[in-house]
Amino acid sequence: MRSFQKHLSEFESRGVHLAAISVDSSEVSARQCRKMGYTFTFLSDHDRDVIRRYDVLHRGAGPKGEDIARPAEFYIDAGGMVRWVNLTENIAVRARPEEALRAIDASE
Amino acid sequence: MKRGWNWPIWIGFILAFGGLFSYEWLVQFPLTRDFPWANLLIFAIGAALLFFGLFRAFGSPQRYRGKVFGSILAAVALLLFAFFSYEIFYVLRQVPLSAQAPRLGEKAPEFSLADQNGKTVSLADLLSPNGVVLIFYRGYW
Repeated sequence: MRSFQKHLSEFESRGVHLAAISVDSSEVSARQCRKMGYTFTFLSDHDRDVIRRYDVLHRGAGPKGEDIARPAEFYIDAGGMVRWVNLTENIAVRARPEEALRAIDASE
Repeated sequence: MKRGWNWPIWIGFILAFGGLFSYEWLVQFPLTRDFPWANLLIFAIGAALLFFGLFRAFGSPQRYRGKVFGSILAAVALLLFAFFSYEIFYVLRQVPLSAQAPRLGEKAPEFSLADQNGKTVSLADLLSPNGVVLIFYRGYW
């Protein structure tokens, strides 16, 4: 998240929004954004509804065994079409903003 | 004759601890984030020192201490390393397949959710002018 925040202006200059999605409530996200200085959109999927629809649910992976989202990144173009998908095989290895920016530039 | 302090055993043991507990810190940096090579290096140096210390303790017991506590510390260090390896090379890789996730060229499923300010945002709101990068993450709870 930190690295995406650092590159936020490069996404903005391409007219691309960033939106993070997790099971966290709006309040938890708001607190986290204040603490970390995140200024892009954080969406709260408390019901796991969207997480399920995107098939990125990780069953029992939360600290108390709750279902949470696995790390996953998608670039969706202005027409609502998926242009880039990153599904990591290791929770510690996430997409870098540079990869997303390259994918955006490649799909112009 | 008083037997000498077997320092490599202690330093090696401290390094084994450091190898495990520095993970949270080292994972923040791009250089050490994706593969924990720095932690493995710390463990390796710790193991070399422990071996050296045990070698001295068993090889020249009249000069160096540490046959008993050195063995115990080495066993604990080994357990720490086993736990680290299990977490890093097994637990972190238990990610679901997500075989039904939207694929390239498919239409992304529509949604609307509350943002951090409690305002409802839909996928359609995020698409103009040039699309959106959705970042699903585990959350901070």
